Amino acid sequence: MLKKPDTFLPTDDGTGETAVLALDGITKRFPGVIALSGVSLRLIPGKVTALIGENGAGKSTVVKILTGIYQPDGGAMLVDELPTVFPAPQVAAEHGVTAIHQETVLFDELSVAENIFLGHAPRGRFGLIDLKAMIARSRDILESIGAGIDPEQKLKDLGIAKKHLVAIARALSIDARVVIMDEPTAALSHKEIEELYELVESLKSQGKAILFISHKFDEIFRIADNYTVFRDGQMIGKGAMADVSEVDLVTMMVGRDVSQIFPQRASNPGETVLKVEGYAHPTEFEDISFTLRKGQILGFYGLVGAGRSEFMQALFGITRPSRGRIEIDGITAQITSPADAIENGIVYVPEDRGQQGAILDLPIFQNVTLPSLGRISGNGFLKLAQEFALAREYTERLDLRAASLDTHVGTLSGGNQQKVVIAKWLATRPKVIILDEPTKGVDIGSKAAVHEFMAELAAQGLAVIMVSSEIPEILGMSDRVIVMREGRIVTELAQGDMRPETLVRHAAGI
Amino acid sequence: MNTSSRTIPDRLRSPLEQRLKSWETLLLLVAIGIFVANSLASPYFLNAWNLSDATFNFTEKAMIAFAMALLIISGEIDLSVASIIALASTAMGAAVQMGVGTPGLVLIGLGVGLLCGAFNGVLVTRFGLPSIVVTIGTMSLFRGISYIVLGDQAFRGYPASFSWFGQGYVWWVISFEFVLFAIIAVIYAVLLHKTNFGRAVYAIGNNATGAMFSGIRVQRVKFTLFLLTGLMSGIAAICLTARLGSTRPSIATGWELEIVTMVVLGGVSILGGSGTIVGVVIAAFVMGLVTFGLGLLNVPGIVMSIVIGALLIGVIALPRLWSMWRAR
Amino acid sequence: MLKRLIQSREALLTGAIMLLLALIFSRFPGFVTPANLANVFNDTAPLILLAIGQMIVILTRCIDLSVAANLALTGMVVSMINVAAPGLPIALIVVIAVGLGTLLGMVNGLLVWKLAIPPIVVTLGTMTIFRGLIFVISDGKWVNSHEMSPAFKAFPRTEILGLPVLGWTAVIAVIVFSVVMTRTSLGRAIYAAGGNPRAATYAGINVGKTQFWAFTISGALAGLTGYLWVSRFAVSYVDIAGGFELDVVAACVIGGVSIMGGMGTVVGALLGALFLGIIKNALPVVDVSPFWQLAISGGAIIIAVALNAKANRVKGRIILKRAERAS
Repeated sequence: MLKKPDTFLPTDDGTGETAVLALDGITKRFPGVIALSGVSLRLIPGKVTALIGENGAGKSTVVKILTGIYQPDGGAMLVDELPTVFPAPQVAAEHGVTAIHQETVLFDELSVAENIFLGHAPRGRFGLIDLKAMIARSRDILESIGAGIDPEQKLKDLGIAKKHLVAIARALSIDARVVIMDEPTAALSHKEIEELYELVESLKSQGKAILFISHKFDEIFRIADNYTVFRDGQMIGKGAMADVSEVDLVTMMVGRDVSQIFPQRASNPGETVLKVEGYAHPTEFEDISFTLRKGQILGFYGLVGAGRSEFMQALFGITRPSRGRIEIDGITAQITSPADAIENGIVYVPEDRGQQGAILDLPIFQNVTLPSLGRISGNGFLKLAQEFALAREYTERLDLRAASLDTHVGTLSGGNQQKVVIAKWLATRPKVIILDEPTKGVDIGSKAAVHEFMAELAAQGLAVIMVSSEIPEILGMSDRVIVMREGRIVTELAQGDMRPETLVRHAAGI
Repeated sequence: MNTSSRTIPDRLRSPLEQRLKSWETLLLLVAIGIFVANSLASPYFLNAWNLSDATFNFTEKAMIAFAMALLIISGEIDLSVASIIALASTAMGAAVQMGVGTPGLVLIGLGVGLLCGAFNGVLVTRFGLPSIVVTIGTMSLFRGISYIVLGDQAFRGYPASFSWFGQGYVWWVISFEFVLFAIIAVIYAVLLHKTNFGRAVYAIGNNATGAMFSGIRVQRVKFTLFLLTGLMSGIAAICLTARLGSTRPSIATGWELEIVTMVVLGGVSILGGSGTIVGVVIAAFVMGLVTFGLGLLNVPGIVMSIVIGALLIGVIALPRLWSMWRAR
Repeated sequence: MLKRLIQSREALLTGAIMLLLALIFSRFPGFVTPANLANVFNDTAPLILLAIGQMIVILTRCIDLSVAANLALTGMVVSMINVAAPGLPIALIVVIAVGLGTLLGMVNGLLVWKLAIPPIVVTLGTMTIFRGLIFVISDGKWVNSHEMSPAFKAFPRTEILGLPVLGWTAVIAVIVFSVVMTRTSLGRAIYAAGGNPRAATYAGINVGKTQFWAFTISGALAGLTGYLWVSRFAVSYVDIAGGFELDVVAACVIGGVSIMGGMGTVVGALLGALFLGIIKNALPVVDVSPFWQLAISGGAIIIAVALNAKANRVKGRIILKRAERAS
């Protein structure tokens, strides 16, 4: 049994306010990972509650539970202080809970009005959808939130910011009592963000309870009334924004003493192995230049959507840069496909393990040898004994836990899947390994193993690039850190200059 | 890092054990069952020449089915194969009228097949179009060209040496076509199960993005598969034309369905990612035996298509119904 | 507003059809008279009816290759009923045709919904099974004109305001399904389920069930067309409308229906069918062998799908502010 954390009685959070929606001691497990362990959250009408935490702290799991997509394994959900369950998304919607997701999950081919009213359109004669009323009401709602959008337009003709507004309009159309905003400003411009703030204010004045999820401290301090901080699937702190400082929040988010759990390593960089000059892409990133030495770990920090992964994928040959050049060991390299990158000794451990990293329905040994088929075959014919030997060598180096090498990767835990992906790349004997959020969705135990192994790789002379949104990981592992914001490098920090506050400030542009 | 504490075994179950519990074993039992039923039902069945004749029911289709199996495992499909046969056969027929000899005819048949495959491949891999629509289009286009050339006419007059490809026997009752079928089966089995290329095909079919991120040149592999399917259609066109001795634009109509059925019956997942050549070989025999057996019982061909259609749906539906029933 | 109209697929296709008609008119003005155009429309009506059903199926990310076989089977059943009971009222015949077609469509739909078998496998299979069943029930024999009752044959040919009932059926179907697709929750669910199945599930739509209804509609239209087809041509045999399913898919693809689902309109399917219908009817007029037709529709499918793909290239996420302004 999991112990309940310091329990708050649902009706008492020190303010005497009643919550329209509350979670009490909610637990959610996934194979190999406990995503949430006994968390509580209270949403008060007319108040904005900020949910704060690092990636992987359990925020998106909470959103999915609140909207009926996931069912909790333990704990209670309360609507108007009465225990309730949301067995399906539409039940959550019936209770007036609506979410505006990070990636707008709406229908490109339908009109704006149809998107707003899908599933609850006004009916006219013969029970048919009353198009006129639907468009008129859409126009009213869109005007009320100050969005200059033609309701008859197709959604696909709108930019991301306006799609967000449509999602908000949809939330208002079902007479929502709880509005969840998951990183609503991630893709918005300054002006659009200001408009969003005004909108949040007006939602507050209409008595809606708002859950606001954001990485950006400036906006949290600007619009939130209350906060709740999650870390590693647990609730760490809660209270009124007025009683807390930015430093307090960062401390709660990051929590532990960073140096203790990361491997101690002496920085001992060798000669330059990778040099990137002026890499640019028409829409994703611009003017990226840096060098990387053997045995070095270079961290890339930034907020979600800062363009880090997009740059790494260009470096790995998935997308083509519009400008810029790279040198490997002092020789200019042409990389137009992942096969080129691998040949040049650059490998990439992607963030999306299930889609890009591993082939889940193939056995472990076939995953490990996939990029190295040339080494375990003669004239294109596979040699099974050599294949197993190669797979064994690298999976054992990573201390993989599996029943056998012909087990399908999809049946392994997140941490062991990640080990298979890393083993796959080490088997190609790379010069530079790029790790994109290497410990996302990985349980604590495996996290330490991945970190330890990363240190070992660097000690053996491999150059490591680590993209991470987790501050402790960045601080604990990197020799240098490059911070990116809106597709550009904002600053580069040496080990001595790296502090959580500095990183957060540069990344958010405060 | 600690390596000696524990070793992970290569496999949990032996390969033999895996093979015994497979779809292919089940299919083989079905094939044997049909064989026994046929020999009990008709006195004409167990006759070497009759059985040899029966192989013509599936050898040409199976040649294409092997290439189609690889294509479907990789997550694509080619519905234009029967139309490629029509076009290749028409081209050979036209060449005969111009006095081209047997070697030239063979080259033309193979060449047209390759060209058609390349055309499909370019549309799918370079332009990123869905293969199902592309090949429904080329299915009309290729056969349409045959109709433009031939209308309601037919090409005849193939040289006797050419006829050997469809009518010749290598030894006793063993036809050239059957030998060719066996050789091609072995080649495809090796290609799919024993080479880097085959491994790439499985990887792409399971997760094309993941394969691309692992450095597999996905589009190049897929293009090659379309080429191979076109080539096999060209070979089948040579055999079929030689066997029939004439070309009409309606030649091989509906074969794409039987070929896809053969592949799916052989245990290849229509969603891609899994399947074996052995399975397709057994499926070819099953379909050939069923057709032959029903033919001996004077069941008309169109009724056999009901059996084939039902087989296609049944082999996928029954395991799912079974697991649904067990889950209750 | 004007820009949007010009960019729309339907406008583009209307333009192409106008151009086609103008070209034919310049050489053979007789083709473009109201009477002949009504004739062409009437001749294209079966394609229009089936294309509407097919469009609805394709919208849900499925495909129905069994429509022509469904048409032929239903046609054979109603003509045999007519032979056996010539006195049966036509209204009842129509009900039987629609009912049987619906049933056959439901078989497809159930296999896709309940057993999650890929639609292409299901409908390739039912296509051959339906064709085989025609042979079984008819014993391979034809039902000829003289065996059918006069009323049975007269119905689709009865002219109202210069257009036969067959043509009017297509007109009514276009109107009814335009309303269904834009004004009912089923119509909206069909677009949503195909456009973004995951989001549709979150919005409370049962995707499999929606696909089931799409196949049911397609089957009902195929059944109706089955009766109209055999009565108009006054003959019924195993192979009628053989390969017609490809024309139907072609009409949809030309009409801008995306095979990836969620995109397409009734008007688009109508225009796609008309485009093919005009070519088919114009070929003999401009003295081109009708044997060209198959290749032309094949070529049209390929060109149309290439154009569709080009128009719908997904735009990536934009991070740079400068790029956002420029776009």
